[in-house]
Amino acid sequence: MHPLVMLLPDPWQEASLLLLTTAVGIVMILVPLLLSVAYLTFAERKVIGYMQSRLGPNRVGPYGWLQPIADAMKLMFKEVVIPSGANRGLFLAAPILSLTPSLAAWAVIPFNDTAVLADINAGLLYVLALTSLAVYGVIIAGWASNSKYAFLGALRSAAQIVAYEIAMGFALVGVLIAGGSLNLGDIVRAQSGSVLHWFWLPLLPLFVIYFISGVAETNRAPFDVVEGESELVAGFHVEYGGMAFAMFFMAEYANMIMIAVLCALLFMGGWLSPFESVPWLGEQLVLPGLFWLLAKTSLFLFLFLWLRATFPRYRYDQVMRLGWKVFIPIAIVWVTLVGLLAALRVPPWFD
Amino acid sequence: MTLIAFYGFAGLYLLSGLLVVTLRNPMHAALSLVLAFFSSAALWLFLQAEFLALLLVLIYVGAVMVLFLFVVLLLDINLAVLREGFIRWLPVGGAVAIAMAVGIIAALYTELEDAAGAVALPADYGSAAWIGQHLYTAYLYPFELAGAVLLVAIVAAIAMTHRGRRRRRAQDPAAQSRVQASRRVRLVQLDKDS
Amino acid sequence: MMLKYVRQYLRGLLLLELFRGLRLTGKKMFEPKVTVRYPEEKTPQSGRFRGLHALRRYPNGEERCIACKLCEAVCPACAITIESEQRADGTRRTTRYDIDLSKCIFCGFCEESCPVDAIVETRFQEYHAERHEDLIMTKDKLLEVGDRLEQQLAEDRAADARYR
Repeated sequence: MHPLVMLLPDPWQEASLLLLTTAVGIVMILVPLLLSVAYLTFAERKVIGYMQSRLGPNRVGPYGWLQPIADAMKLMFKEVVIPSGANRGLFLAAPILSLTPSLAAWAVIPFNDTAVLADINAGLLYVLALTSLAVYGVIIAGWASNSKYAFLGALRSAAQIVAYEIAMGFALVGVLIAGGSLNLGDIVRAQSGSVLHWFWLPLLPLFVIYFISGVAETNRAPFDVVEGESELVAGFHVEYGGMAFAMFFMAEYANMIMIAVLCALLFMGGWLSPFESVPWLGEQLVLPGLFWLLAKTSLFLFLFLWLRATFPRYRYDQVMRLGWKVFIPIAIVWVTLVGLLAALRVPPWFD
Repeated sequence: MTLIAFYGFAGLYLLSGLLVVTLRNPMHAALSLVLAFFSSAALWLFLQAEFLALLLVLIYVGAVMVLFLFVVLLLDINLAVLREGFIRWLPVGGAVAIAMAVGIIAALYTELEDAAGAVALPADYGSAAWIGQHLYTAYLYPFELAGAVLLVAIVAAIAMTHRGRRRRRAQDPAAQSRVQASRRVRLVQLDKDS
Repeated sequence: MMLKYVRQYLRGLLLLELFRGLRLTGKKMFEPKVTVRYPEEKTPQSGRFRGLHALRRYPNGEERCIACKLCEAVCPACAITIESEQRADGTRRTTRYDIDLSKCIFCGFCEESCPVDAIVETRFQEYHAERHEDLIMTKDKLLEVGDRLEQQLAEDRAADARYR
């Protein structure tokens, strides 16, 4: 125990120690996370550039590697303009409200078999609850801006998030049945065996639905009707500038990483090696679990960027149709099927 | 320390509940309701009901209140009109509130007498499995009844708002996304001499 | 009919068309890029490129412009201002020849209308100014540009001569 902690009266010692370890854990998660957010924006511009036969940013630093830092500096020193007629308090609270849940959700993410900040039982539910809170930032921003475009963005966002939340929830019910637990670590452990034991195979439709709903939930192209720059200028954050705008951006990218990590954890075996039970390779190729988790996450993040570079934006009524009339029925049917498989204890997933 | 946090959240709960009925701006009132749900979820966490607390956040804050806000945004409700009968209906509302408070306190007292001191909770108390086990055994009939009531409510809501198939000119996105290029465009070979 | 509907539904579920799109962009990612890294690389320029203006001189050093004001008349943006007077040797010359670059639309009419090939547009495009008045090209500045780029101007006009 640290000597400074020893000075405190007895009942406070334990509490302060807990506080300290938690704070260190939070920093250890958030610093790499925010760095990845910064470089995800860079990767996005590069990848989309390459897919459009361009080079992307390559001026700041070698190959443009310092671009995100330059962007961050610029945004930090810009003024946050508060429009007249805006609801001042809520206008400033909205970016905070959208960033906080997307960072807080990381508390329950296990990075390997042991490394998890808060190993709570209902981890999956916690993540789902917090990601569903992100919409408040958008709605409040749209309403408090006192602007037509922002307001329309907020309306669209509210309807879209509710629709896709349900599909997402059903997809997670399937995972819950297959994994037999709400704890993310236990869900990954339930997938151990080989690539075929991972849940992507029995839950393939749910996996696809989950990922696409995740894209919609984070307001990414082709579901970015909330921002829709060709229709709504920039949607809910038209009136924001400087750091307030940057916080929306950070929230969006942190959410993207979150969805990618969840896809890796829930459907692709998380930190488990894909060569687990391959005869020779499995013993030779022993890499830390974190490596596999990050590799899978990067794969999904790349898919996010790939989708954005490829597809045009959905029309709004088609977004709603896809959510309510396609995803939810399919998810319900497949959840019933998974329940049946689980009740019959079909190997290798449900035995 | 737990006690301080408990009273803090309880106070926040009461305060935000009060704000819901007193604030003039419907948006602010709805957001106060969100805050109220949050603090009640925090209170449930103290009762070791993590599962239920998270469900409360997920369903009420994440879905129900979003719909609420959606309606508030869409309809531009004028609360001044809604507020007109505030004083007139205050006695009725107050009576209902007092009746409910008495009911809850009475229920709590009988429960407390039954429990008579702290009971050792099972290890998985409040987990999804534990709740499921109890819902589908001890409380099966109330649970199914509640489900049936909800179903009836949904059907009724649809029946009340659905006005039959109308002749509309609205686009049908399903039909639109079924369209294929091969059905719309036909390449014809023209005779170059004609 | 029914079967066709079902088949189409299934095909939609398999996202085949979306995967075709993804394959296209995936392939493009590894193809050569078209970006020109500007200050280091430049796209090839035509001899007819219309950039910064210049006033040319005859080889003997006499300025070509005879102040006929055809360019001033033809300029659609009214960017040219000319004042003239008779010189001691009896010829008419400009005393003032201003082109406001912030008005100019680089249509090239001045160059086309000029009977003596005096006002021309050079290939030079990388000029800049920090103040508005720096964007007004006076006669001295125009002549200076012409002197600097005379060789290239003469070559470009010689190469283009058979099409004029």
